Amino acid sequence: MSDKKELEVSAIENGTVIDHIPAEVTFKIVEILGLYDCNSAITIGNNLDSETLGKKGIIKVADRFFPDEVVNRLAVIAPNATLNTIRNYQIVEKKFVQFPKIIRGVVKCTNPKCITNHQPVQTKMEVFDSELKSLRCCYCERVMKHDEIELM
Amino acid sequence: MARYLSYMDHNFISISDLTKEDILSLLQDAAYFEEHPNSRLLEGKVVATLFFEPSTRTRLSFETASNRLGARVIGFSDPASSSTSKGETLKDTIKMVSNYADVIVMRHFLEGAARYASEVTDVPVINAGDGANQHPSQTLLDLYSIWKTQGTLDNLDITMVGDLKYGRTVHSLVQAMSFFSPTFHFVAPALLRMPNGYRDFCRRHNLTFDEQEEFTERTIDSTDILYMTRIQRERFSDPREYEQVKNVYCLKNSMLEGSKPNLRVLHPLPRVNEIAYDVDDNPKAYYFQQAQNGLYARQAIICRMLDIPVGQK
Repeated sequence: MSDKKELEVSAIENGTVIDHIPAEVTFKIVEILGLYDCNSAITIGNNLDSETLGKKGIIKVADRFFPDEVVNRLAVIAPNATLNTIRNYQIVEKKFVQFPKIIRGVVKCTNPKCITNHQPVQTKMEVFDSELKSLRCCYCERVMKHDEIELM
Repeated sequence: MARYLSYMDHNFISISDLTKEDILSLLQDAAYFEEHPNSRLLEGKVVATLFFEPSTRTRLSFETASNRLGARVIGFSDPASSSTSKGETLKDTIKMVSNYADVIVMRHFLEGAARYASEVTDVPVINAGDGANQHPSQTLLDLYSIWKTQGTLDNLDITMVGDLKYGRTVHSLVQAMSFFSPTFHFVAPALLRMPNGYRDFCRRHNLTFDEQEEFTERTIDSTDILYMTRIQRERFSDPREYEQVKNVYCLKNSMLEGSKPNLRVLHPLPRVNEIAYDVDDNPKAYYFQQAQNGLYARQAIICRMLDIPVGQK
């Protein structure tokens, strides 16, 4: 029922609705998904009331669908986000963000002596502890707690 | 994720890549090379030693290991003499050298450099030190020294003394020994205590450890391996703090009087004043032989990376 109410606000015929985004990272998600260069109709709502998050963001993108590896890149900053695939105004699939084993790009290594901060090398992080959401740089082996994680 | 070297991508980057079986089989090979140091198993092979940061001791050890195996050695010992000084990226240098060499031994001041190098070439890469991160051949020679002097790696009492915060050798040794149920005593000033990440590592692997600021005979008397490290003056912002601790963690020969007969004193070298010279003549002092063991450990590593069976020609 709640999905229906949501779609009535600004329904899209086909595309993706990204919901349950922490309000402070909504625009970071826009960046990660490369939506600045997207020509489709995009609706962004932010600082909306949310029972679980306090304030949340929501992004609706017409005619765009995202593969799992792109979806999972959001895990670092929006681990509770959901992606609803819409076809003909109906939700045909609901995806939950999952922590990928390896995260390429997206996260910066906080070690100033890491090679990724000095040479043209894409960062590569592995999940060190999925419960604590800490990451380990695959190059310099620095472990970053979740609250130390910096995005590119 | 631990991998078995014989079936992996033939790179020796981090001690955390090794399984218990990897370690034990490499130690067996090192023992073979101690008996047969001039086995010419690498006849016709070229070993590149790329030292983007000078390290005479490690470079000479790798080059001697290669020479004694019959390989030819190319490379540089000073980045000023390589294209790095012209702004060439690590990737391009590695790609270029890969055209010439069968195996690359590299030391770099940037952390993660060896792992990255291994991703851009099919030629095996051996990490001879990447910044403060890993120096796995040092760890293997430490393990070989422990194994050789104690006859086993299992259930040993190991005391680490000095700079446990910045010393990568002690960090890697903690990781490597985790397969063998050791008991650790970490002796260090508060400023240089074992980092939280490694204490957590010990807890996760159910390793017994304690921490002490005092370096006393009581600790020495119960231990099998006394691993001394250098306290570096530059780690202290206040020189008075350095003056206070620099002699506290100094081992003197008299302190070994009540020690166990099998105790051996190890040190990655160079030492400054943390081991008094009167210890050198004590048969329990093992740090010079330890450095020599590096030759055999490195011969074992190079042959393993090239998939060359040891013990047969």
